[in-house]
Amino acid sequence: MTPPTAEPGWARALLIGGAALLLGLFLLLPLAAVFTEALRRGWAPAWQALSDPDAVAAVRLTLLVAAIAVPVNTLGGLAAAWCIAKFRFSGRALLLALIDLPFSVSPVISGLVWVLLFGAHGWLGPWLQEHDIQIVFAVPGLVLATIFVTFPFIARTLIPLMQEQGRAAEEAAATLGASGWQTFRRVTLPEIRWALLSGVLLCNARAMGEFGAVSVVSGHIRGETNTMPLHVEILYNEYQFAGAFAVAALLALLALVTLGAKTLLERGGTPRSLAA
Amino acid sequence: MSIASPFRRRDALPGFGFSLGITLLWLSGIVLVPLLALLLRPLELGPLGFWHSVTEPRVLASLRLSFLGALAASAVNVPLGLLVAWVLVRYRFPGRRLLDGVVDLPFALPTAVAGLALTALYAPNGWLGAPLAALGVKVAYTPLGVALAMGFVGLPFVVRTVEPVLRDLPREAEEAASTLGATRVQTLWRVVLPALAPALLAGFAMASARAVGEYGSVIFIAGNMPMVSEIAPLLIVVRLEQFDYAGAAAVGLAMLALSFLLLLALNLANRLWRRA
Amino acid sequence: MSVTVSRLTRRFGPVLALREVELGVRQGEFVALLGPSGSGKTTLLRILAGLDFADAGTVEIDGEDMSAVPARARNIGFVFQNYALFRHMTVFENVAFGLRVRPRATRPPGAEITRRVRRLLERMQIGELERRLPEQISGGQRQRVALARALATEPRLLLLDEPFGALDAEVRKGLRRWLRELHAELGLTSLFVTHDQEEALELADRVAVMQAGQVAQFDSPAALVAQPANAFVAGFLGHAARLPARLAGDALHFDPLPLPPLPRTALLRGVAVEGAVLAFIRAHEWDIAPAVAGEGNAVVRSCRPAGGHTHVELDLGGYVIEAEAAHGLLNYGQPCLLRPRAARVFPA
Repeated sequence: MTPPTAEPGWARALLIGGAALLLGLFLLLPLAAVFTEALRRGWAPAWQALSDPDAVAAVRLTLLVAAIAVPVNTLGGLAAAWCIAKFRFSGRALLLALIDLPFSVSPVISGLVWVLLFGAHGWLGPWLQEHDIQIVFAVPGLVLATIFVTFPFIARTLIPLMQEQGRAAEEAAATLGASGWQTFRRVTLPEIRWALLSGVLLCNARAMGEFGAVSVVSGHIRGETNTMPLHVEILYNEYQFAGAFAVAALLALLALVTLGAKTLLERGGTPRSLAA
Repeated sequence: MSIASPFRRRDALPGFGFSLGITLLWLSGIVLVPLLALLLRPLELGPLGFWHSVTEPRVLASLRLSFLGALAASAVNVPLGLLVAWVLVRYRFPGRRLLDGVVDLPFALPTAVAGLALTALYAPNGWLGAPLAALGVKVAYTPLGVALAMGFVGLPFVVRTVEPVLRDLPREAEEAASTLGATRVQTLWRVVLPALAPALLAGFAMASARAVGEYGSVIFIAGNMPMVSEIAPLLIVVRLEQFDYAGAAAVGLAMLALSFLLLLALNLANRLWRRA
Repeated sequence: MSVTVSRLTRRFGPVLALREVELGVRQGEFVALLGPSGSGKTTLLRILAGLDFADAGTVEIDGEDMSAVPARARNIGFVFQNYALFRHMTVFENVAFGLRVRPRATRPPGAEITRRVRRLLERMQIGELERRLPEQISGGQRQRVALARALATEPRLLLLDEPFGALDAEVRKGLRRWLRELHAELGLTSLFVTHDQEEALELADRVAVMQAGQVAQFDSPAALVAQPANAFVAGFLGHAARLPARLAGDALHFDPLPLPPLPRTALLRGVAVEGAVLAFIRAHEWDIAPAVAGEGNAVVRSCRPAGGHTHVELDLGGYVIEAEAAHGLLNYGQPCLLRPRAARVFPA
């Protein structure tokens, strides 16, 4: 007998089957296609594509850009989460909405704004040229565009959690004589560390995988301003499909590792598992 | 000393001014000032010039494709996302965790990789493209392909917005409906679906907002034929390559304005729904 | 430690949470802040601890003005309503926290910290829990950890916000007695917030009854019950029925209620004014007798045994009256004759 608030077995099976088919065909199959295409002619060409000097330079640049963008957004995200989650002030809702802004802007626009500011015909372009400073079509532009795109990730992960935790623990620390820094380091940070790590991972994955924004500011100079996703595009447009898919597979692996780590963090990041 | 100024309330927790300062610096440096450039740059065209710039047939066609494609893809994603969320929340079955992880794939997968993979799958000689072509359906290099890629990036937004609401939905409401003589279908239609409607609408809005600006996943599969399968973000890139900064900014501004109007309308619809 | 609060005012937007509150607590006293929710008692406690700040007025502790002293420099023990234990720290680390965050110059050495924390945990009868996390222990145990944590820095003033609010009745009773003993033994001055009058009357040396941001009365439990200062206190304490009445001549008249007049000499608190008043009559201040149908002035609505008597609820002309009667005297639905023996009256 089926309980009144459950579907009969056949309907249940149908729904589960439908969802599995949808996710399998629509989301999982593309992933499989990446790896299949990358290894279509075996490991050797794939490895060759990845060890090509331009590809190595792209990997290195991608790591560099993420290594700057992620810490900047971690610090900013922590500061924003602290003031928004622990204090009440006028303009708080507006601030929250502004932090979300980059999520609702096209990646191409996220790149465009930097060109408008620092490009050859941008507001500061002539001045920069005079002083021989290159931002757009150079590494600083890539970094700025990446910071813009990944801006909300960490703040967005931390704010709901810190709001839910409230301020009682911090107030308790204050009555026990802790200074502001001690309170943050010993009380707040340990309670948010898993969420923070999860936010950093997501931010990093997006920073390394960002395409649209960096495409606009990159200038596509091989070996110099090409990140991995841009390198994928160049190889693809030159009909070097095996190489393109090999680099794409590397990026897909990064995505899978990120997803796995995030799942582990969400499942294991409860205080109980931290008991030493 | 005992009378505190009404403007500067004291607080037992430290660091408000410091963290707010960092947040404002970070926010204005990375987001607000660059976006200001986007707002102001089209001014040099003059109102009439701006109007001409964004009403060129090619621009209008690209805006139409970006917005209608996003809306269509998200509309399809609403029932699909509801199905996935329902199965993940309500049923326990082997492989549930895997499916749950797969949902986040479009979040984590770099957009260029997704674009490449979708193109490989749906190209006329691809795993799915070949059988579809045999049926006379062309996906890759058509507006249908654009919508498909937009659906790919948007699906997790619907699932992840509906899931928590569905999880928190009290089972008692459904039990009450069944004790009052409603059939299971009536209960779902009259009790569950209305409770989920705001979340579905919110998911639709987020998926649409993301899809409108989507670039990396779309441009590979789109074919990018002007007037047919060219999306608005690509047109920004095209204009930038012609050093038409103001024209590029004009398209960007038009996209932002339309997105804003769209979100406003959806928000209004949500409010009307709640009042009704 | 003595605490002197004068003309303390706190506004939250348009709401006055505290209105020129005056309160003087003597060294060694155990004081309860009692009042309905929203009466300002928690706000007062938080201002004493330095967690909130007054708009006007002063707080002095041992004669020293506290307005410029931040919470962390006050060395006041504070027990939070839901304990606010640090979730990621063991019981031991929670208790040790206040010692560990001291500046190097005044921080005890590690071994000394361990010794002091262990001793405190033993004193709280939770020594065996030191390696557990807060989520792994019961509510009553958490409450003891919170107390141990607050006491570890050896404060002389202890503030507790609804200390027993989240506990079962049984645990609550045991902890109350134990807290009272601890207070005396450590020579503390303690203030606790509660909305439970029995708790306040049982535990405290003096109770400050708070109403709408003011202290309505600050007195010993006996004095509060015997001589409530105003209608609010009389109504808030001791389960009294509150009836409209009229003082005229040498009697208190209840008309239109079907009650006989009460001679002025039976009033427990004299009011000189004539005219409309509010009369408060407690459950044990009624004479009650069964009546034949049609002759009584009240009807029994419910009976339940309560210790040596039966607690009865009666319907008197639309008012619900609580009274005490002998066992077996009354049954549900029975008409009876109700007559006040005493009353307190306040101007209406």
